[in-house]
Amino acid sequence: MKATINWLADPAISFTLIILVFFLVFPITDRLEKISKRLKIDLLWTNTGGLIALGVLVLFFVWGLTDENFRLIVTKPDNVPIVGLIFLVGFFTWLSMKQARENDNRMGQGGQPLEASDKSKVLVWPDLIYIEFICLILATVLLFAWSIFVKAPLEEPANPTLSPNPSKAPWYFLGLQEMLVYYDPWLAGIVLPTLIMVGLVAIPYMDTGDRGTGFYSYSGRKRAISTFMFGFLVLWTFLIIVGTFLRGPNWNFFGPFEVWDANKRVVLNNVNLSEYVYVFLLETGLPRGWLIREIWGILLVVGYFAVLPGLLAKTVFRNLYERWGTVRYSTFIVLLLMGMALPIKMYMRWLFNLKYIVSIPEFFLNI
Amino acid sequence: MADTETTTGTPADGGNGAGNGKKATRERTPFAESAFWRSIFRSGVPRTRAARMMGVLNSVFLHLHPVRLPKHAVKVKYTWCMGGLSFFLFLVLTITGILLMFYYRPTVEAAYGDIIDLGSQVPLGIMREIHRWGAHLMVITVWLHMFRVFMTGSYKPPREFNWMIGVILLVLTMFLSFSGYLLPWDQLAIWAVTVGANMARAAPLLGHEGPGAALLSIGDVNFIHAGADAKFALLGGRFLGGATLLRFYVLHCIGVPFIVMIFMIVHFWRIRKDGGISGPT
Ligand code: HEM
Repeated sequence: MKATINWLADPAISFTLIILVFFLVFPITDRLEKISKRLKIDLLWTNTGGLIALGVLVLFFVWGLTDENFRLIVTKPDNVPIVGLIFLVGFFTWLSMKQARENDNRMGQGGQPLEASDKSKVLVWPDLIYIEFICLILATVLLFAWSIFVKAPLEEPANPTLSPNPSKAPWYFLGLQEMLVYYDPWLAGIVLPTLIMVGLVAIPYMDTGDRGTGFYSYSGRKRAISTFMFGFLVLWTFLIIVGTFLRGPNWNFFGPFEVWDANKRVVLNNVNLSEYVYVFLLETGLPRGWLIREIWGILLVVGYFAVLPGLLAKTVFRNLYERWGTVRYSTFIVLLLMGMALPIKMYMRWLFNLKYIVSIPEFFLNI
Repeated sequence: MADTETTTGTPADGGNGAGNGKKATRERTPFAESAFWRSIFRSGVPRTRAARMMGVLNSVFLHLHPVRLPKHAVKVKYTWCMGGLSFFLFLVLTITGILLMFYYRPTVEAAYGDIIDLGSQVPLGIMREIHRWGAHLMVITVWLHMFRVFMTGSYKPPREFNWMIGVILLVLTMFLSFSGYLLPWDQLAIWAVTVGANMARAAPLLGHEGPGAALLSIGDVNFIHAGADAKFALLGGRFLGGATLLRFYVLHCIGVPFIVMIFMIVHFWRIRKDGGISGPT
């Protein structure tokens, strides 16, 4: 059992499984939504479904805690927030989707969303103040209990000559640190985070119109919600979980029930695209000049960002392009392609051991 | 101002001070009608609808809220209270942070020892815990708040700009937490910040090991090198040291909170100006 879970947890496998399940749980097209309905996945968004999911998760943690390795990593003081995060994100995903599905059903029968059903107003004092007060008390109690039971960590005094293995950033940046496995720091640490911010800011300017404001709903906004959830749950939260719980010494992968063995050997035979082309395919050996050496990778990258958007505008995204016009469409597609560049590179690594698509160490430019 | 209450049906009893308490009916607390109490809370005990409205309007704190709200908007299942909790945690962090500043000195020699003393010498030695776990919690509540705003489609017009302010608050919240991470000056702290600093070193154009840094040069003179790049600016030196600690301390205790506060003011103002909490049209 533990061996199976260790094996399943490997990013290549868990990530694939998650993607497959994700688009059934958060269907992005009408077709997928029909399949999802037929599989009765919506049962997840009922009280019973939610309780069962919670039960399974709790059981997994309780059972896992009986294992020494699992306990060691999960109960590390600075990792406690992420265990909380898993439950909180799960709970609030459920809460929003439950309300969304209820409203979808109401509107499907010609009704109004629940939020619109009672147009009356209430006084802030006492109705809102009272709720806020309870929230504050609960948060305070939680914070005090947490602070009494879990000591803030303090390790050995700083020693710049002795680097711990692994060295980890604070947990909320571990998604970015996990990206370092696939992209160099200038992309994983600077360009991608910048684009995440730009992408978030751009959301209201791409998904315009005020239809669907002010109530929970899925069917009417499935493309927007599914895309956002993919970023939030899969590319951000999941990578944080991997980076926190499953990365040990030398940033090697370790299953949740595996010993963090600093001597674990992982064969690193990653190969650049240029080597694939010149060494394996043409068998000529790498050319000396960087331009000729990297031209295939450069063409690939340029093609991805310059040609692919045009192709997509003519095919898959034809309607979208016509509705949105060039500027809005271009913003959207560049952000989408950037977002997709991460999973694409992940799979290229797992399937072909691909290291860099473009590698010009002369200019510190590796992609 | 005080005259408005006469319309509420609870005429203020002129000389009904604490001394005349015997005459007052049971349900009316004489003290709450006294001139002293009234000098603080002008609208008196908020028993009637109008007094409650005036109470919210007259209080500088409560008047962040509107006086009345649509029913769905006060429900916890709609807002999850997450924006409010984020703000509350910010206040908790400010107060505990000020207390921590009494004991903590941001120098390489003193910092680590001061952190130990915080737990062992200072009365109520969980101040550091409340501050640290509160900070983690705030990062989570801010994420969840963004998630809620997305799920209710509340970023759509007219709230696009407030969503943008929100994204800035999100980034600032994480940076605030990150800059505090260095202050205990233990192994965890300096190596976590080193991971971050090494990313700055690789920033395109601005990091000395980033692509394009060589472009910023005139002839043989490079503008971006190990002594002048993004990493140097972050660390206050080529390597992580006392200058870094001071820099992070100032940013953490004054610089970033100040900026966060300004953006929060704008955020709250805009919620009201954008028509209050979103709702179905
Ligand atoms: C320090 C961080 C933040 C604080 C203290 C804060 C505070 C608040 C509060 C108190 C509200 C009132 C409604 C509620 O509680 O949900 C609110 C609403 C809102 N927030 Fe934030 N917020 C923060 C970060 C963010 C972020 C990260 C975003 C989005 C990226 C955001 C976008 C919005 C929007 C669009 C509204 C209006 C929602 C509506 O009308 O339904 N805020 N914020």
